[in-house]
Amino acid sequence: MNWEQWLLPAILLSSFIPGIIIFALPEERHRLRTVLNLCGSILKIVLILVMDTGIYFGYNFEIRLSLIPGVELLLNGDPLSALFATLSSVLWLLTTVYAIGYLEGSPNRSHFFGYFSLCVTVTIGIALAGNLITFLLFYELLTLTTYPLIIHRGTEKSLRAGRNYLIYAFSGGAVFLFAVVALQTIIGPTDFTGAGFSPSFIDTHATALALIFILLIIGVGVKAALVPLHGWLPQAMVAPAPVSALLHAVAVVKAGAFGIIRIVLDVYGPQNLLLLGVLPLLAAVASITILYGSIRALQQDDLKRRLAFSTISQVSYIALGISLVDQPLAVIGGLVHLVHQGLMKITLFFCAGNLAETLGIHRISEMDGVARRMPFTMAAFSVGALGMIGIPPTVGFVSKWYLGLGGLAAGNWWVVLILAVSSLLNACYFLPILIRAWFGKQQGPWPDELYSGRFETRFMLLIPPLVTAFIVIAAGAVANAQISPLAWVRFIVRKYGL
Amino acid sequence: MNPFQLASPTWMISPIILPLIAGLLCFLLNRRTFAIALAAAVANLLAVCFLTYQLLLFGPMRCHMGGWQPPLGITLRSDGPAVLMLLMTAVTGLAITVYARGYFSHRILNLRQATQHQEQQRYFWPLWMLLLAGLNGLFLSNDIFNLYVTLEIIAIAAASLAALSGKPASQLASFRYLLVSLLGSLTYLLGVVFLYRSCGILDLDILQHHVANGPGIRAALALMSIGLLLKTALVPLHFWLPPTHANALAPVSVILSGLVVKGSFYLLFRLWFEIFTQLITPSALNFMGTLGAVAILWGAVQAMRQHRLKLMVAYSTVSQLGYLFIAFPLSRIDESIQVWSIVIFMALGHACAKSALFMVAGAVFLHLGHDRIKDLNGVRASLPIPVFAYGIAGVSLMGLPPSAGFIGKWLLLTSSLTSSQWWWALVIITGSLLAMIYVFRVMSRFFVIPEDYSVTTSAPLSPLLEWPALIMALISLFLGLAASWPMKILATGNTALTQVFPGGLP
Amino acid sequence: MITTLLYSMTGLLLFAMGLFTLFIHSHPLRKILAVNVMSTGVFLIMVATAYKPMPLGNIDPVPHAMVLTGIVVSVSVTALALLLACRVQETSNLDLLERKKQARIPEESRR
Repeated sequence: MNWEQWLLPAILLSSFIPGIIIFALPEERHRLRTVLNLCGSILKIVLILVMDTGIYFGYNFEIRLSLIPGVELLLNGDPLSALFATLSSVLWLLTTVYAIGYLEGSPNRSHFFGYFSLCVTVTIGIALAGNLITFLLFYELLTLTTYPLIIHRGTEKSLRAGRNYLIYAFSGGAVFLFAVVALQTIIGPTDFTGAGFSPSFIDTHATALALIFILLIIGVGVKAALVPLHGWLPQAMVAPAPVSALLHAVAVVKAGAFGIIRIVLDVYGPQNLLLLGVLPLLAAVASITILYGSIRALQQDDLKRRLAFSTISQVSYIALGISLVDQPLAVIGGLVHLVHQGLMKITLFFCAGNLAETLGIHRISEMDGVARRMPFTMAAFSVGALGMIGIPPTVGFVSKWYLGLGGLAAGNWWVVLILAVSSLLNACYFLPILIRAWFGKQQGPWPDELYSGRFETRFMLLIPPLVTAFIVIAAGAVANAQISPLAWVRFIVRKYGL
Repeated sequence: MNPFQLASPTWMISPIILPLIAGLLCFLLNRRTFAIALAAAVANLLAVCFLTYQLLLFGPMRCHMGGWQPPLGITLRSDGPAVLMLLMTAVTGLAITVYARGYFSHRILNLRQATQHQEQQRYFWPLWMLLLAGLNGLFLSNDIFNLYVTLEIIAIAAASLAALSGKPASQLASFRYLLVSLLGSLTYLLGVVFLYRSCGILDLDILQHHVANGPGIRAALALMSIGLLLKTALVPLHFWLPPTHANALAPVSVILSGLVVKGSFYLLFRLWFEIFTQLITPSALNFMGTLGAVAILWGAVQAMRQHRLKLMVAYSTVSQLGYLFIAFPLSRIDESIQVWSIVIFMALGHACAKSALFMVAGAVFLHLGHDRIKDLNGVRASLPIPVFAYGIAGVSLMGLPPSAGFIGKWLLLTSSLTSSQWWWALVIITGSLLAMIYVFRVMSRFFVIPEDYSVTTSAPLSPLLEWPALIMALISLFLGLAASWPMKILATGNTALTQVFPGGLP
Repeated sequence: MITTLLYSMTGLLLFAMGLFTLFIHSHPLRKILAVNVMSTGVFLIMVATAYKPMPLGNIDPVPHAMVLTGIVVSVSVTALALLLACRVQETSNLDLLERKKQARIPEESRR
């Protein structure tokens, strides 16, 4: 047994064990809980950075556990899983800091942080999964661990949202399970090899494989909130703000998008998919989702709901990029958007949470002049929003640029058209918020001012959005450097030989 | 041969003898009953572990009782499936013993009718030990008439246990339960008579080679199957199960739902897939599968509609039993070992998860004084461990990975797709979605934070009531990760699978 | 041969009669009696099975052992069933009394 093998379980355990201990802790031991949370997340980041370095220098991380013939759990660190794992662990640290500040003094925190840790364990598990069965395992566990977070407030409204979430997620999971079994009966083990299965299966099982592809995409599409499977996401906004951040940027939606990437690149493989001719379908669904999400976002007055519909739209950029799999540039755009969207969206949700926690602002119509009261928060918000629209030098511009180039290279002018329309819509729903916040006049007292102190809000709430906003600009500005999300994505794409 | 040798098959009688002696002692001494029962449960577990070890070392074994050879003598047989069922019974049995102690102590402490509860406890231990002996006997017997006797022992003990609670509803339910069991046993016995008329043999091993297709044997199989189906509560013969299981005392519900129904199912399955294999036609298998499918859906829909937690759990048993029968039609293509592994995983997973659920239901009932689902608000705050156990057991019932239920469902799905019978796959998947609905319907109630935070707080529950549930739930969850061990035990001495899993010691 | 058949048929008839009564009648005692008749039917078939025609001349001992065991089981089960039936009757009467009592003292209604 060598260290390469044990690194992956150690990465999972670094948040699992603190999670279990936190469950057992009594409610009032908040100091110990905070220490555990932070130590766990920092340890996890360190371990994942070790893994990243190892992967870059060609080490092979893999551990298997055979359950029964044909069912094998496999953890495998490859460049793609490193991308998602690094993103999740870094954002988890920030979200933990934020959640500690956000939930100060509220009841049931032991449960909350316990599930929170389990949730990130499972997300990293999704990142490290080395075959479809392991992916399925963590994918279903993700539903289970996020459910208590969504209904954390324990109100009837949150229960309803939770119920809908479960129905959507488990139905998706069931479809996914069926598709995995069906696929495995045709092609055998579904390890993520990076090349897909042998093309000879296409000669014999073309229809079945195409159908299974659609079922698999439906299965992960529920979490990735592809239209028409997106219904749960706006409702889940009743959850506390750190949970929303987690759902949108770190865990759930990302897990769905990551699943799409895995299915396209690893399970089927680009060549097979081009032969099967099912990718235009994915591209169409992704495009519809992009436009639909943006249009619905326009109509929302509730800030978090607007952000939710914006997520629906933005995540589909990833699917769109992946669906143009014969164009390396488009794939780069899609993959890098996995990181970029997470950074931007988490900034926005942190800021929305700050507004709600500090001033009781939930609606956009209440935001007039808020930037004068909370300049730092709104500055971070503005960075995120401008990134979403795609203004350079933010990371949003980088993603859109590569997607557009990829579209053009294939002669798919409609991709550029969709990007343009979508950016326009993004501008339409984000710019009014910024204008109101910076240039509007305060209409009266804030709805529910809860905090007054040295800073504009609690320190723990202020730091995370500022950090993510900084990364949004920095990662965009140095996108071409040696160490940046874009550089790593290029490395991934080289590995896949596109 | 020296009966105390390591390789001696005589050890096989210990799982039957130990609980029987303990039961007698409990009844006669009437003091320290819990200590005796606990000692017997632990000794039983150790004995079964020893049998497992023996099996892995020497392969399947036969024990001729009293030195009489078949066809006249009665034999016991330990093989892979039998040992696994014994293990399931022993582990669940130990948890039940501990839980029952906590349950009775709590009731004796907290309620006014202490004498009545003491009386209940007094009768509980001997009956439970008798039932344990009967179940172990059922799993080990290799004689078709001896199996009838064990069935009757189980029926008597189970019906008396079900009547313990003393409530009018439970009296009526257990009377009905006894009659149904008797009807089932008698039908089975009639089948045995028909079989004996045609073959003149009672020993299962010899019978296996003497079974020839004929009207007498077909009638025998039909009668025996009907009798056992009645005891296993396959839809539409399930009518007696929900009232009996829901009205009994909580430890008794655990025994009935987790173990007793598995006994008759095990026998039925053994008859179909080991003895009467030649007689089984595809249409018969399909018929069983269809009943199983109806059971899955009907039970789940009924479970969704219940207003009481225990009834919900009882209907979920009806639904989960259906999965065991859906394995029947899938045996046509696959090796019988594949079907055995499906059934074993479903049965093991269900035994652990269902015991955990009934234990939680009992704990909730003791805590709140009722189990109305709509009034379960906020239990999470006061009973965190049982609620956690409920969640984990629910995961296993829904067949989510990595639970044992998932392994069972995975095997079911794989078999149904490789044999191009995809409709069973649809039923299986719909069933797990329905299970999700009924499990989480209750779960969400636990999580509600009630507005008036004044839950009637009775005395705090003893850890004996909480931990067995959690441990059983965790076993059901992690059994899936350790799935290769049951597979190895199952494969020992079975040539079909030894190629895949080399037998012998680990 | 004829004798065996005759006894067996009688046994089957008894079984069927018992089964019929078990389903038709609701009184507990009748149900218990029905089950007893059914088991007698089964035992009769068993005894008939033990008989072997003249040239062989032997009597098969195994069914006798089975019948003896069966009778023992049947007696004990009947005893238990009778006890339960009594309890059902008693508790349903008790229950009536209880309910009357509870109607008089409403705060007692919490069980």
